[in-house]
Amino acid sequence: MSETATSGTSGTSATAAPAGGAGSATATGATIELEDLTKRYPGSPNPAVDDVNMEIKAGELVIFVGPSGCGKSTTLKMINRLIEPTSGRIRIGGEDVTDMDPVKLRRKVGYAIQSSGLFPHMTVAQNIALVPKLVGWSKSRIKDRVEEMLDLVGLDPGEFRGRYPRQLSGGQQQRVGVARALAADPPVLLMDEPFGAVDPITRDHLQDELIRLQHELHKTIVFVTHDFDEAIKLGDRIAVLRERSHIAQFDTPEAILTNPADDFVSGFVGAGAALKRLNLTRVRDVEVRDYPTVTVDDPLQDIFNKLRHGHTNEILLLDKRHRPYKWLRRGDLMRARGSLARAGTLVHDTVTRDATLRDALEAVLTDNAGRVAVTGRRGAYEGVVDMETLMNSVHELLEADRLDALEHQHDLEEQRAEQTHRAQEGADATGEERA
Amino acid sequence: MNFWDYLGTRHQQLLTDAFQHASAVFQCMVVATVIGVVIGVFTYRSEWAGSLATTTTSTILTIPSLAMIGLLIPIVGLGVAPTVIALTLYGLLPIVRNSIVGLRGVDPSLVDAAKGIGMSRTARLFRVELPLAWPPILTGIRVSTQMLMGIAAIAAYASGPGLGNEIFRGIGSLGSKNALNQVLAGTLGIVVLALLFDAAYVLIGRLTIPRGIRA
Ligand SMILES: Nc1ncnc2c1ncn2[C@@H]1O[C@H](COP(=O)(O)OP(=O)(O)OP(=O)(O)O)[C@@H](O)[C@H]1O
Ligand SMILES: [Mg+2]
Repeated sequence: MSETATSGTSGTSATAAPAGGAGSATATGATIELEDLTKRYPGSPNPAVDDVNMEIKAGELVIFVGPSGCGKSTTLKMINRLIEPTSGRIRIGGEDVTDMDPVKLRRKVGYAIQSSGLFPHMTVAQNIALVPKLVGWSKSRIKDRVEEMLDLVGLDPGEFRGRYPRQLSGGQQQRVGVARALAADPPVLLMDEPFGAVDPITRDHLQDELIRLQHELHKTIVFVTHDFDEAIKLGDRIAVLRERSHIAQFDTPEAILTNPADDFVSGFVGAGAALKRLNLTRVRDVEVRDYPTVTVDDPLQDIFNKLRHGHTNEILLLDKRHRPYKWLRRGDLMRARGSLARAGTLVHDTVTRDATLRDALEAVLTDNAGRVAVTGRRGAYEGVVDMETLMNSVHELLEADRLDALEHQHDLEEQRAEQTHRAQEGADATGEERA
Repeated sequence: MNFWDYLGTRHQQLLTDAFQHASAVFQCMVVATVIGVVIGVFTYRSEWAGSLATTTTSTILTIPSLAMIGLLIPIVGLGVAPTVIALTLYGLLPIVRNSIVGLRGVDPSLVDAAKGIGMSRTARLFRVELPLAWPPILTGIRVSTQMLMGIAAIAAYASGPGLGNEIFRGIGSLGSKNALNQVLAGTLGIVVLALLFDAAYVLIGRLTIPRGIRA
């Protein structure tokens, strides 16, 4: 899945690439292993995190999701030892870091938090430069890196370098927070509800940005949220945590949606699993139709001909830069007495190939003719998605999920049968001791 | 002789006194600032150490300055020493209190972030906590200075330097024709000095408080 995703975003990564060309090979992710990790806060009878075992693969984006107070932050902060575990081990990239100097450890682990955590007395550039400075990079290398990071998170260095955090919007602050966390190129990035404090639209943008970023960088990211939709959208795998950080289910979003492990997980998935499933598939994964198009530069006569002889009674008019501009129906031109400026209806909404099917469905539902244009680089036209395509895709998806789930269940039952079988045999052999 | 004639004939002496006054206050402020901030840094993390520091320094402030200097003379003798010690002790309270309040007031999520990105304890203190606590600390220094301006006048009692000498001479010769002029000159001199220092602090604030957190 991530393979197709990577090739699909080559367009976006190319725009962000010039800074990356500075010759700095970026470190990709490292594995994280948590072993019997436990945290007992002084004065509370129950541990806040109780015996967590988890393996996170290199380059994976794992989400911790769960109700408030279940120990997500505590578990996360034990990974960079902002909170010292009471017992258990933490290994990053195979190296046991449980007893390492925490300051050194944290310089290899990026950290981004909800309130962005930017230092208000430092400029954007100074904030981003902090960790590279701490690890002793040269001045010129730091300067280049700051530019590169700002580019990476989609902020114009010239405009934002010298600003103070209070001169930024919440979303921009969050971007700078991520840039700072990534500045020294750590293999691991920890994010504690980083988008929790911004409005839904900005959050959506930031999520898209993170997905794009991760396609470029392949860090190992652990991301805490209590928003299940966010978890589905971002996660390669999701760990649904219940109280004391007990893992209720740790699996891909698809598996959790179609095959929740128990009532707790289903409760968390909430209603509308089929709709949520739409968040997991992107426009590039479904059939995008060709549509008859003309551009504003085409002679009027050609446009007339196309309208009259085409197999649809509508064509899409593109502007000079090939961006969808207007839907033209038969007769529109006649009514407007041949003036393209007055004919047809303006294109309100477009989606990119990176958009989720849910976004596409939203656009199709609000369009009065039930279709939406798909655009690529610089908003140029690539095709059209309509209601019919969406319906077919969703049916196929759900059918495939059902088959997967059945298979999964079958596997589980087989495993269980084998286990009981072995247990019985064991019980026979060793008598009551086993029971 | 009216006040202006008095100033005209005695300006040399007055300027010397004013300079010594300002110099004593300034030097004591530097010492008090260093000690006060250090006390703040060492105590702000702990609830009881913080209150102990604040209570101790505020107790010092309740000792009448004349009594304090009187008590110091037998120990350190007359002159500059009792003046410097007394002024420094009096100057501590606002600085200690504002350092503690300022350092405790730093947003915990920022300290968390600083730790999280791998800043050592010292780096955190000097790069994040102290710069963010600086505006309240500077306010403390300003309040201290105002206070010391007045208290420094008492230093003349222990043969210390400053405009207090002018005032004490006037009080000592009440009824003579220059007595009132002397007291007036000393007092106004102190007021003018205080205003000049205050202006300097505004300037220092402009120069040292980063633009990102300036009110
Ligand atoms: N410093 C602390 N001292 C004592 N108990 C704590 C401390 N920090 C957290 N806890 C407790 O540990 C439990 C887990 O807290 P944690 O912050 O990890 O939850 P969370 O899952 O991140 O919740 P939220 O979604 O609200 O952020 C909670 O019951 C909390 O009260
Ligand atoms: Mg939390």
